[in-house]
Amino acid sequence: MITQAKPTTQEITVTVNGAEHSLAVEPRLLLVHFLREKLGLTGTHVGCDTTNCGACTVLVDGVPVKSCTYLAVQANGKALTTVEGLADEAQLHPIQEGFKEEHGLQCGFCTPGMMLVSAALLEENPDPTEEEIRWAISGNICRCTGYQNIVKAVQWAASNPKESS
Amino acid sequence: MTGVETEHKGWLGRSVKRKEDTRFLAGRGNYIEDIKLPNMLHMSILRSPFAHAKINSIDTSRATELPGVVAVVTGELLAEHNLAWMPTLSGDTQAVLATDKVRMQGQEVACVIAEDPYVAHDALELIDVDYDPLPVVISPQAALDPTAPLIRDDKEDQTDNKVYHWEAGDPEATEKAFAEADKVVRLVTHYPRCHPAPLECCGCVADVNPATGKATIYMTSQAPHAHRTVFALVAGLPEQNIQIISPDIGGGFGNKVPVYPGYVVATAASLLLGRPVKWIEDRTGNLISTGFARDFYMDGPLALTEDGTMTGLRVKMLSDQGYAYADAQPSKFKAGLFHIVTGSYDIPAAHVVTEGAYTNKAPGGVAFRCSFRVTEASFFIERLVQTASYELGIDPAELRRKNFVPPEKFPYTSATGFEYDSGNYEPALDQALERVGYKELREEQKRAREEGRLLGIGLASFTEVVGAGPSRQYDILGIKMFDSAELRVHPTGKAILKLGVKSQGQGHETTFAQIVAHELGIPPEDVTVQEGDTDNTPYGLGTYASRSTPVAGAATSVAAQKVREKAKKLAAHLLEAAEDDLEWSDDKFTVKGAPDRAKTIQEIAFAAYTDHPEGMEAGLEATNYYDPPNMTYPFGTYAVVVEIDRGTGQWDVKKVVAVDDCGTRINPMIVEGQIMGGLTEGFGMAAMELITFDEEGNCIGSNFVDYLLPTAWETPPFELGETVTPSPHHPIGAKGVGESATVGSPAAFVNAVVDALAHAGVREIDMPMTPDKVWEALNEAGLAQ
Repeated sequence: MITQAKPTTQEITVTVNGAEHSLAVEPRLLLVHFLREKLGLTGTHVGCDTTNCGACTVLVDGVPVKSCTYLAVQANGKALTTVEGLADEAQLHPIQEGFKEEHGLQCGFCTPGMMLVSAALLEENPDPTEEEIRWAISGNICRCTGYQNIVKAVQWAASNPKESS
Repeated sequence: MTGVETEHKGWLGRSVKRKEDTRFLAGRGNYIEDIKLPNMLHMSILRSPFAHAKINSIDTSRATELPGVVAVVTGELLAEHNLAWMPTLSGDTQAVLATDKVRMQGQEVACVIAEDPYVAHDALELIDVDYDPLPVVISPQAALDPTAPLIRDDKEDQTDNKVYHWEAGDPEATEKAFAEADKVVRLVTHYPRCHPAPLECCGCVADVNPATGKATIYMTSQAPHAHRTVFALVAGLPEQNIQIISPDIGGGFGNKVPVYPGYVVATAASLLLGRPVKWIEDRTGNLISTGFARDFYMDGPLALTEDGTMTGLRVKMLSDQGYAYADAQPSKFKAGLFHIVTGSYDIPAAHVVTEGAYTNKAPGGVAFRCSFRVTEASFFIERLVQTASYELGIDPAELRRKNFVPPEKFPYTSATGFEYDSGNYEPALDQALERVGYKELREEQKRAREEGRLLGIGLASFTEVVGAGPSRQYDILGIKMFDSAELRVHPTGKAILKLGVKSQGQGHETTFAQIVAHELGIPPEDVTVQEGDTDNTPYGLGTYASRSTPVAGAATSVAAQKVREKAKKLAAHLLEAAEDDLEWSDDKFTVKGAPDRAKTIQEIAFAAYTDHPEGMEAGLEATNYYDPPNMTYPFGTYAVVVEIDRGTGQWDVKKVVAVDDCGTRINPMIVEGQIMGGLTEGFGMAAMELITFDEEGNCIGSNFVDYLLPTAWETPPFELGETVTPSPHHPIGAKGVGESATVGSPAAFVNAVVDALAHAGVREIDMPMTPDKVWEALNEAGLAQ
């Protein structure tokens, strides 16, 4: 008879897109699966399992993190932003508008991660050069667009910042 | 991006923003992994660590006892249901789960079905398989050696590792051309194995309802209707009880055309267990077991006269098929459409001899963003032409120009039997040369060489053959390669268009709505485009090989024209006029000479349900199954400029110009997006993408650490241009374009790097041109620092 050690669970509290969640999770649960399976936020995707492609990128306390190699328990006490949290109620985030205006997406699979790293870049550097944009998104792979329109999408967002309310 | 702004009236040639973006931008796409059904189980696959081995036994008892595991499926169990093997799309067979032997590393050996995906993966480690390793065959050349181990000993009539032998063209005429040639130039090259690697891996959720027997299979399928038929044939399920639903797909590029073992086992498991079963492939599974691409060894001479006129071409090609012949390609053509290898040139005689061999590698190969091996053909001729230009001392651009099929020869029948529908190659070449600054660059190259710098300029003037295809010649497993559109106009003048093809990011929801808008004046935002659900769309062969616009686009156009025909009868009724007295413009019928007497398509649609004349059927809809009269032949010229670091072998792309002619452009923004994506994949193949194997058959390139894809950092910017030569047989003059850049660009990149070293006698550097390989070439040529 094979016995599996009873999975111990650990209580964590994370704030995701402004809402606080307290859940008991297995320590080995990956953050991407926590978001997708426990919270139903399926906009965060898995593309490679090895932290190369960036489809799983989310922001942890404002910093891009590849959630396929980050444990959910590591996010305890932190504030997360996923693609579902980019838009402000009915108003799209400028980066979302930029991607639409400049045809910065095709299949859409890398898009959430791409938009989040781009949004993080613009928070830090509101007027990046093309080189700075290319460097910032170089941890994320897009197999469809060839990146040129993603660069333009980020430039569009930089030129059309969110009006402060 | 500098695509030429075209004057447009109406909906063609307009860069309408994409309708599909809204859900993707919000994180509300619906990809395969997002699908969750009540009571759903999870499947994971145990794969072989050996490339070739006999299986003595498989012990699943420890795995079965793990809490949370529901079942472990082996080949033995499948064999009881006659499901251990399945047909491939090329009419060969492939194991679903291994029974006797494994024939590649990564082959599917057993599947665990569990309540939780983590538990399903845990249980894989508890399956004990006793293997006896066998000698492996890792090259097609070795496979054809009479002493090579027989890989497919499961096939009764198979006595060696030969897969196919296929020829095209005229051997005698070609022989004669070579006998009379002033000059013969030869190229020996290998287009290495690479992988489409869409960012989303494959997967499915199979849901067989035990009460009704209905199998609903959500799967990453570029060809859902064809897959339904394959499932009916493989599993013996009645076809009306199978519904394939292909949700949003995270990129395909040919990788999601074949049927893979995971789909079949998940469906069988759902059938046996009475619960939905989900299988999501991991990246390693995707790279080592699913449809790879290329792996063509090509060798051939070109016959020329002293002044550079091409008179004959002979090519021998050997393909590495892996352990099963699983190309997804038209049945009549054993090496796909490789015989388009005469390309853009008017070569009067050609002979192509192709052979395939089994090896201990993954089955394939698929046409990675390519119309059935056109990529390899285009690469070969465009590389060979450059070699010829060096040997003859003629500028590569001028040698191309001299030998282009002239515009007055279209429709042009090639020496291997293709009938090119339309083309005008010189303007595309001229535009590319102009945009890249060719003349100045050649002068700069001279100066650079004097200064010890290595500058290279590479060209490729490709011609593709896409849009399969006419039913007299093109079928897959006997199913003719038509495609379909069903258009229903609702009472309020809105519409739904249902298609047999399936987008994986190409923007069908926008482009096809624009075709309806063009034909009927119903704005694109009022047209819903539905694809990928076999119960709710007409039968079609799917999206690959740049066939959606040439075939389903034509079907859409014809269906909309049929709707317009009926609308005319309704308008005549409403306007109390004779049909002959009506004329159509944009979105309405008007009585000739009385512009105030008109009915818009919306008014007519309402009448189709509320006020149709006696004797006429209610409703306003039409269906078309379009059998294209010919293929379409997009073309263009690409120019690449590189500079090489003599110390490291790194090559830096200074400029890329791509001039494409795909006939009428429906949505230029989407077309340019397709071209830039294809250029990037072409750059990836030229620079870094490689699936290779060690002597034991271990796959190197089994994850994104080893299989390199271009990021924004390496990918150069692109400058695009266009010429427009409409297809004479397509209803709106459009040709396929999704793959032109993957087909055309690899040769341009390689030509550029070789051109930088050509003055020192370098003629060939194999892809991917990694810095170490380039440095070797530099070193041998005495150019390294």
